[in-house]
This record gives sequence, C-alpha cells and structure tokens, in this order.
Amino acid sequence: MVTAQSHAGKGSFDLHDVSVTYGSETAIAGVSMHIEPNAVTALIGPSGCGKSTLLRCLNRMNDELGNAKVAGRILLDGVDVYDKEYDPVELRTKVGQVFQKPNPFPMTIYDNVAYGPRTQGIRKRSDLDALVERSLTRAALWGEVKKDLKKHAFELSGGQQQRVCIARALATEPEVLLMDEPASSLDPISTQQIEDTIAELKEYVTIVIVTHNMQQAARISDKTAFMLRESMEEPAFLVEVGETRTMFTNPGDKRTEAYITGRFG
Amino acid sequence: MNRIKRARTVQTVAVAITGAAAAFIIAAALFLFVYIVVRGAPAISWEFLTDVPRKQMKEGGILPAIVGTLALTLGTAAFALPIGVAAGIYLSEYAPRGRSTRLIRLAISNMAGVPSIVYGLFGLALFVILLDLGKSILAGALTLACLTLPVIITATEEALRQIPSDLRQASLALGATRWRTIYRIVLPAAAPGIVTGSILGLSRAAGETAPILFTAAVYYKRQMPDSVFADVMVLPYHIFILATQVTGRPDDIIWGTALVLVGGVTAISVAAATWRSIQRRKVRW
Amino acid sequence: MIRLNGWSAIVILAAIGIFLAYGGARALGEVGFWTLVTGSEWYPTIAAPRFGFVPLLIGSAAVTITAIFLSMPVSLAAAVFISEFANKRFKEVAKSIIEFMAAVPSVVYGLIGIAVVVPWVKEAFNLDSGLNAMSGAIVLAFMIAPTIVSISEDALHAVPNDLRQGSLALGNTRWQTTYKVVLPSASSGVLAAVMLGMGRAIGETMAVLMLTGNAARIPGSLFESVRTITGTIAAEMGNVVQGGLHQSVLFTLGLVLFAITFLINLVADLVLEKQRRRWRR
Ligand SMILES: Nc1ncnc2c1ncn2[C@@H]1O[C@H](COP(=O)(O)OP(=O)(O)O)[C@@H](O)[C@H]1O
Ligand SMILES: [Mg+2]
Repeated sequence: MVTAQSHAGKGSFDLHDVSVTYGSETAIAGVSMHIEPNAVTALIGPSGCGKSTLLRCLNRMNDELGNAKVAGRILLDGVDVYDKEYDPVELRTKVGQVFQKPNPFPMTIYDNVAYGPRTQGIRKRSDLDALVERSLTRAALWGEVKKDLKKHAFELSGGQQQRVCIARALATEPEVLLMDEPASSLDPISTQQIEDTIAELKEYVTIVIVTHNMQQAARISDKTAFMLRESMEEPAFLVEVGETRTMFTNPGDKRTEAYITGRFG
Repeated sequence: MNRIKRARTVQTVAVAITGAAAAFIIAAALFLFVYIVVRGAPAISWEFLTDVPRKQMKEGGILPAIVGTLALTLGTAAFALPIGVAAGIYLSEYAPRGRSTRLIRLAISNMAGVPSIVYGLFGLALFVILLDLGKSILAGALTLACLTLPVIITATEEALRQIPSDLRQASLALGATRWRTIYRIVLPAAAPGIVTGSILGLSRAAGETAPILFTAAVYYKRQMPDSVFADVMVLPYHIFILATQVTGRPDDIIWGTALVLVGGVTAISVAAATWRSIQRRKVRW
Repeated sequence: MIRLNGWSAIVILAAIGIFLAYGGARALGEVGFWTLVTGSEWYPTIAAPRFGFVPLLIGSAAVTITAIFLSMPVSLAAAVFISEFANKRFKEVAKSIIEFMAAVPSVVYGLIGIAVVVPWVKEAFNLDSGLNAMSGAIVLAFMIAPTIVSISEDALHAVPNDLRQGSLALGNTRWQTTYKVVLPSASSGVLAAVMLGMGRAIGETMAVLMLTGNAARIPGSLFESVRTITGTIAAEMGNVVQGGLHQSVLFTLGLVLFAITFLINLVADLVLEKQRRRWRR
C-alpha cells in the first residue's frame, strides 16, 4: 500500500540570480526569489516576459529544449537541482507540471493517471488503483469519471482533459506542481473548476502558476511575482514578489501598479 | 476590357489543356487496372491459387510463386523493419541538427533512387557470393530489405514528427526518461503511420524482380521452400519468364499471375491506408 | 546503438559503391575503365569477347530521353492542374490513383507493353517488329509519370498562398498567376522532379528488358532494337561464370549505372532541399 505522503513543509524553492539564455538571446536575468511551501505563487507579467521560461527552470524542462542555458542557483529544499550529480528525471518526479493546452496521452483515463507511478516502477494493481483514485479525487474529477476509467482520455471535454492532466501530475505525489496558464484554453466554467481544484491542492503541494489573468492571480494565489521585459534588447527581470493582497492593493513598484491597473501588457 | 476577356479565354484554354493532361494520366492508370483485371480474372480459380505449375508451366497453378513471394516479403520485413524504424526514431528524436544529420537524410533519399538492378548486383556480390548464402530466400530478403529501408525510415520519421511535442514534454515532466517517453508514448501514437508506410514499402518490394533475379528467384520449382537457404519461385519473376521465355505464351496464366500480384499488392496497400485514415480520424491532435 | 541504425543509409550506400567496384575490379584491371566506356562493340560471349559500353549507354540514353520527352509535358501539365485548378476531392482521388500507378510492378508494365504497346507501335509505324526503343520509351513514359507528377505537384503546392493572392489581387487570372508566379517560384522543384523521373527511367530494368528487343548495336533510329545498361545486366548476369571476366564487366557496368543515378539523385535532392529551405521563412 502506498501511503498518502504529506509533503507539508517540503517543496520550497530558493532562486539565486537565475538567468536563462536561448542561443544568443538572454530571456531572463537576475531572478532571485523564495517560493514558499504549501502556498500558491502566481507568476504574472506581459506575454514574452519569461514566465514560462522561469517555470521551466524549476523542473529543468529547459534542458529538453536543446538551446537553453540556465545560470544561477536553484535550490529545492536546500538542494541545488542544477548540480551535475542531480538527475533531472528524479527532479521531475518531485516537481510536476501541467501545461497550457490539455495534453493527455492517447490512452485511457486510468492509464494516463497511472503513467507516472508506472514509470517509477509501481506495478501492483491495488497500489495503482489507490493512486489513481486519490489523484483523480484531488483533481476533482473522480466523481465524473469513476464509472469509466477505461474511457479514452480524448473523449473527455477540454476542462476534464486538463483535470486528467492535473491528476496525472499529482499521481507521482510531487512536492511542487508547476502550472503554465492551465486554464487559458478553457471555458469559464472549466476555469472555475480548475481554480477550485487549485485552492484545495495547496494542502498537498506547493503550487507555482503562470497566468496572464490578473483577477485569477488575485483570486487563487497567496504570493505574486511580477516579471517584466522592458525592451527586446534587454532580458526580462523580476520586478517584485510579495503577498498577493499587498501586491494588488498597494504595490511597491510603479510598474506593478501600471500593469495591474491595465495600463500596459 | 478586351485584355481581360483575352486573359479569361487563355485561362479557359489552359485549364482545359492541363485538365486533359491530368485526365489522360488518370485514364491510363484506370486502364492499367481494368486491363489487368479483365485479362486476369478468367484464370483465377481455387486450383490456380493452390496448385503447382504443370506442363512446362503452361497449365496448373502458381502456389509456389505465391508462397515464395510471401516468404521473401516477410523476410524483407524482418530485416528492414527493425533497422528502418530505429533509424527513423534516431532521426526524429535523437539526431542533432547539423551536418551529419543532413548527410544521413541526403543518403536516405539518394538510396531511394538507386535502381533496383543495382541492389540486385549489390546483393549478388555481398550476400550471395561473399557471405556465401547462395541464391536463397535469405539473400533475396536482405537485398530487398536494403531497397525498402529508405521507405520505412522516411515513413517512421514522418509519423513521429506528426506527434505533438506536448506529449513528449508531458511524459518527460512526469519523470519519464527520453527512451521511455519514446516507446511508451510516441511510438504507440505514431504506430498507424509507421505500419502503413512500411506496408506500402513492403508491397513495392513484393513486386520487384530485378533485385531478386540473381539473389533468390528460380525459374521453376515444385517443392515449397523448406528453409531460408532455399531458392524460390516468385510472382513477378514468374510473369517475366512466362512472358518472355516460354514458347507459346500461356496468356491465361500470365495475366492471372499479374492479377494476383497487382491485386494482392493493391489490396494490402488500400487496406493499410484505410486503416491509417480511420486511426487518424479517431485521434485528432 | 540507435545511432548506428541512423547511419545505416550512409553505410549501405557506401557499401553498394564498394561492392560494385570490388566485383568490377578484375574488369577494370584487365580491360581498363576507359576501354570499357569508349568501346563501341558489345560481344561478351565470343571467343575474343569485346566489352564496349557505348551501344548500351546509347541504348539507355535513347530510351530515357525519349521517355522524358513524352512524359514531361503531360506530367507537368497534370501537376499544374492538380495543384492549381482541381478541387480538393479531385486532388485526393487523383493522387491515390497516381499512387496506384506508381505501385504497379515493373514486370506488369512490361507485360502490358508487350500486349498493347508493342503491337500498336508495329502497326502505327509500319515496322517488322514493335520491340524497339520507342516501345520501351512509351511504357517508361507512363512509369515515370507518377514520380514527375507527384514531386512537381509537391513543389507547386509548397508555394505559399500569399504569393498567389498577391498576384490575384493585382488583377491576374488564376492561369496568369500560375505561370507568372507559381511556376517560376517552383521551378527548381519542378526541375528536380524531372531529374528524379530521369533517374527512374535510366534505372528501370524489367519493362525495358521486355520491350526493347535487346540488340546490342548502336541504333540508327528510335525504331530499332536497343539494349540498355539495365537490360544487359539483367539478361546476362544469370549466365556468366562466377568470378569470370564477363561477370566482372557487368559489375563495372552496374557501377557506371550507380554513378549516373547517384549524381542525378544527388543534384535533384540538393535542389529540392534548397527549395524547401526557401519557403521555411
Ligand atoms: N524554446 C525557445 N527558444 C528560443 N527562445 C525562446 C524559447 N522559449 C521562449 N523563448 C523566448 O524567451 C522569451 C520569453 O518567453 P516565455 O518564457 O515563453 O514568455 P511568457 O511565458 O512570459 O510569455 C521570449 O522572447 C521568447 O521568444
Ligand atoms: Mg508562456
């Protein structure tokens, strides 16, 4: 039996002077911040300011792009994840990701969710069953699909597909869940459901979510980080990070205020 | 006004001429098909398909040639599929973008244009003589595998490229290795394209004569092949022999054989293509 | 490991060259490359055999060039129609029919040639025999049509639609757009298509062997019997002494054929690649 792990207190990130270069273009530079465990941190900023780029640093998905170079230090619970000895494959079992567009695998709902655990070598049917149920429950999808777990994931609606993807990411019991505009391709009702799910999830995982939707950031996050790229010649940087409530009511930086009140971006 | 009118007239004429050209080629293809069916159909019977040739091949059936063709084609698949699919995976998933990869691609498309008789000579020199396999199913299959390889590589690579990179990333983000991502996610998703492309390539190989002239095919043999070192009768070679070397051409048998060959190859290709398009419709990226 | 498979194409291509040269070593040593390719007589089985490739090269050239001449205008016109004027449905049907045409085995083309084309050529040109260069070329013209049509159709199709729309917006008709804008833009691809068709034609074996009569003489006209490079290899390799000079000469002949098609394909591929890059912004 796989015990339900609680990662309470685990899954905090510390970034020190992080920069990312694509070929010859430096996309972000000088990002230093702390990401609190069991909280929702929102990354906001105009499009192209490097939010996805920063997010991909946290599970080293930038490694897979082939042309990205990451500099600086990124510590997960005090351990440097860019250390030569650190295996990105192992990192990704601790730091899951949900993508912008729902991308379920072309297989059944069950197999989708069980994919991660199976990758880790879990074969026992009862263990898998338990994990699948728990993950789908946490992703607020269990009630809707428990009768047809053998259904092909492609037959679900967009919102349901995205929640399968969330469940799939949760099934490896990660400490951190990265979400890159997870609701941007969904209708308002599905968006609402995803937001509700996120609120419940922070009990189990640390969440870092990219969103271009200010109201969404205000609604769901505890902390907000604002990024900005002032011109294409310069890299983007982190303007400020703080309590969401403070950021939205009383931002410390003029540029944050301008962005939040909709004057650019 | 006049100028525009003239341009319109020219356009009408141009469309008519190019349309006639297209119609002509399509008509030729249809003629080919109908002609083979009409001339071949009278010969087809259960006996024709299951009997050995008799009376200097002027009577009887073509079973040994059918069996030989099947054996050669399966042998070809056994060699060409693993190598071709692996090469396709390499090119699509691993190969760095650079000179060497460009060179490989150039080699693949060049290979596709090498005349089949050249493959025959190559097979003769390497498989039949140097490796001492003699004229055999094995030598013929290896030769045909070389000829089919570029088709399978290209089909595999194209099918893999159709798979959105989203899926690869989702799998990697779950802590799967590159290789697991490929064989659990990417390959299954690309299977219809790979299988269909490969079948199309293999069915071409089944119709080839020149590569097996010196590596596998024999004129006449009643016994069924008992090992991979046996030489075999083959449908296309049988047609060639009957049409050019047998006095008093047995037209029925020739056209019957042609129909079996063309019909078999076409039926398998059409079935494969249909299956692929059904699969494609099921899974929309 | 998987990388090794990736390199298989290069390995095999190189191996083909090496083994043909190896098989031809004896001939190259005893007769000499120059004597072979400039010799004008091909009597391989007489007591003092003559191994001159010239009649065979001319045979191949005669059949190939004629086939290209016959096939090119019709095939290109068909490609233009399919790419520029046909509706989607026609396009799909036409493509799959043309694919069928490409999948018909070459012995079957030879067979139909014997049954239909040879008697027709004999009648129409009032000859003693229809087994000649012309019959071979006519059948070849059909055989290479799918290659030329599909590759040039691809090239035309690859021309971005903005170009067409730009031209149409200037008041040009579809046809004017086609020949002023689309065809010039796709010209290198079309050229490559014809070259690849030519490569096919030179390398085609069985149909040509069945139709051209196979007299190894320098022909006086297209209505005489000719013997091609491929036909010679196919017809004679089965009856040679293993390790003998004749066999070695045939390997050399294969090497010459390989070199010719290799170059044609290489140039065509480079042209196609360059064109592909051009449209990839
Ligand atoms: N794979 C990549 N290769 C090269 N440049 C990239 C890549 N991904 C992102 N970029 C560049 O990095 C910058 C930031 O992009 P991104 O992180 O996607 O921003 P955001 O998610 O905030 O919209 C952009 O200028 C983009 O062009
Ligand atoms: Mg983004």
